[in-house]
Amino acid sequence: MPIDRNGAVPETWTRVPGAEAAAAARPLVPFAEIEAALAVVAPGADLGVEVPNTTRYEALAPYLDRIALVSIVFPSFSDGRGFSLARQLRERGYPGRVRAAGPLIADQFPYALACGFDEVDLPEASAVRQPAEQWIAALQVMSSTYQRGYRSGGNILDQRREARRNFAGGRP
Amino acid sequence: MYRYDEFDERFVRERVAQFRSQVARRLDGSLSDDEFRPLRLKNGVYLQLHAYMLRIAVPYGTLSSRQLRQLALIGERYDRGYGHFTTRQNLQFNWPKLKDVPDILDLLADVEMHCIQTSGNCIRNVTADHFAGVAADEVEDPRPTSELIRQWSSLHPEFSYLPRKFKIAVTGAEHDRAAIAAHDIGIRILRHPDTGEVGYRIFVGGGLGRTPMIARLVRDFLPKADLLAYLEAIMRVYNLEGRRDNKYKARVKILVHEVGIEAFRAAVEAEFAKLDGPTVNADPAEMARIAAYFAPPAYETLPATDAAYERARAAEPEFARWADVNLFPHKVPGYAAVTISLKPIGGAPGDATSEQMRAVADLAERHSFDELRVTHRQNLVLPHVRLSDLHAVWKALVAAGLATANEGLITDIIACPGLDYCALATARSIPIAQSISERFGSYERQREIGPLEIKISGCINACGHHHVGHIGILGLEKSGQESYQVTLGGDATEDAALGVLLGPGIRGEEVPDAIERIVDVYLRERQPGEVFIDAVKRLGLAPFKPALAGAAKELADAD
Repeated sequence: MPIDRNGAVPETWTRVPGAEAAAAARPLVPFAEIEAALAVVAPGADLGVEVPNTTRYEALAPYLDRIALVSIVFPSFSDGRGFSLARQLRERGYPGRVRAAGPLIADQFPYALACGFDEVDLPEASAVRQPAEQWIAALQVMSSTYQRGYRSGGNILDQRREARRNFAGGRP
Repeated sequence: MYRYDEFDERFVRERVAQFRSQVARRLDGSLSDDEFRPLRLKNGVYLQLHAYMLRIAVPYGTLSSRQLRQLALIGERYDRGYGHFTTRQNLQFNWPKLKDVPDILDLLADVEMHCIQTSGNCIRNVTADHFAGVAADEVEDPRPTSELIRQWSSLHPEFSYLPRKFKIAVTGAEHDRAAIAAHDIGIRILRHPDTGEVGYRIFVGGGLGRTPMIARLVRDFLPKADLLAYLEAIMRVYNLEGRRDNKYKARVKILVHEVGIEAFRAAVEAEFAKLDGPTVNADPAEMARIAAYFAPPAYETLPATDAAYERARAAEPEFARWADVNLFPHKVPGYAAVTISLKPIGGAPGDATSEQMRAVADLAERHSFDELRVTHRQNLVLPHVRLSDLHAVWKALVAAGLATANEGLITDIIACPGLDYCALATARSIPIAQSISERFGSYERQREIGPLEIKISGCINACGHHHVGHIGILGLEKSGQESYQVTLGGDATEDAALGVLLGPGIRGEEVPDAIERIVDVYLRERQPGEVFIDAVKRLGLAPFKPALAGAAKELADAD
């Protein structure tokens, strides 16, 4: 079951081969089969793709306006390529949902959200050891970090800037 | 020096709580050992040969006396009364217990210190010229830039699971004392030749380890305001494209080597062009805020010479000998920077007892505006000492056993912990350093030989930087016994070069004799005023080869 910033959420996507995309309400197809999926799904219908973390942004770009979910596969939690791919998607304006699929660990959840992921989809073995509460708790640990421009509610540099502005504004 | 504000303070406190929670989740089984391992490493906790080792970050090698006293206390309470300063300007404790680590982190946070990213596949603790703010050849103090990088790289959401470790070094001077060419990213602060604007020259892909490489130029001039966006572009290209199939080919140097610097540069520049710089970079007010902490201390206006200092030199030859070797000229008249050697003759390079740390902290407080430095050559520095105070400082150092006069000389040896501590080591390092140090212990002889850097690594990972030693020594294991390879001609400065293997490996016991024969060749062949490294560059390896021949033959016969 996927986890987003509010906790566990029901899985609404169904993994199907590209050619069978029309058979599911919200089909999630391998990126390699996207052409086949686009050939069968109704225009405007939700389509998700599962992409290896070696996929380049440029390869995804032509399809992004037809894709409602990009699910980036993490082969292991220690392979951080997915963080950069998600970040590129967001920086370049992708508005859809972005999922991290694989054996991530709860401590990576704040990083994943900051880079632009909306949710993680864990394999059963990880989910059993690390229930949703641990993922939510991991978001509470660091109240702010230093990097600007990431989706981490309020960063230290901007907070300092705000403090400077207030200080200057408070003077006669 | 930099002082934490409320945000930095909260950040390190929360980080300690985070590590406590990680330990707890390992113990209750939420995290597997494989999952816990990188979390532990990113907090500086290594599992070593005999015990856990804790590596404490000393960002760009700058410490206050209060911080050093706290390190002394931790050494006493949780270790065996000493610590080990490393080639990355950090401090390692070799005997802490895992259960004590969160308490140690609390003590560190009390003095604005931490262990964040002193290990693991992330951006490591940033290093800088240890004579920052002191050297006359400096365009700008590298520490504000280093502090900005420290903050930006801490718990970076995108770059905390890199293919491999990543080291950044900064120098603001013409003469490179920060070995930037041996780092994943080397940054040199310089003035634009046409406009005079201060900016950065960026090098990428240097590193030692089993495939040593000298960093390549990636950006000739980067405006200061663009630093963080440019670093993000480099890191992103590396994070996405760096090899993950083989940990020995995962450093950025291999990527740069395999795709070529032109293609690497093109990829970085393309990414940089797409990045929205203004949302990523620190604003000028933030950079100014950090820089203000590194404003020069309140120097007195002093004459360039000091009569009391000259009298003390004349009266006490021991003092003069030390001052001749361990002082570095300060850009402010009437001051000098003092190198405190952690290389006593026959001692373990980089070790300091808690008592010695306190003695140095007292001196920094009394005589150096409360500031001191850790050098990548594993020594300490009092950066701003009045000439008139030097004699008192020296007497206190003598009393603490810290007045060895050998800075930059043949017994000022860099050595990794080696097989005495390290789980990766294939051979001993410290005992080799000790035997060379004893062989060349005479001050007169060291002065006659002049500047000569020996660097020793106990395995191919090259923590002792042997590749860039004027004489490099690499300890390997060969059919069950230790074998030492000797390289010549390495150089970590702006004339960076990798040492070249002199011949087959030799036994540990043979190393001092072999070094002595190499030095004899140099003394015989040198031209007036020519230092060792220059002589090696001029002469090449050939005249030095016989120095190794006898010893190597013996080892071969024994096989």
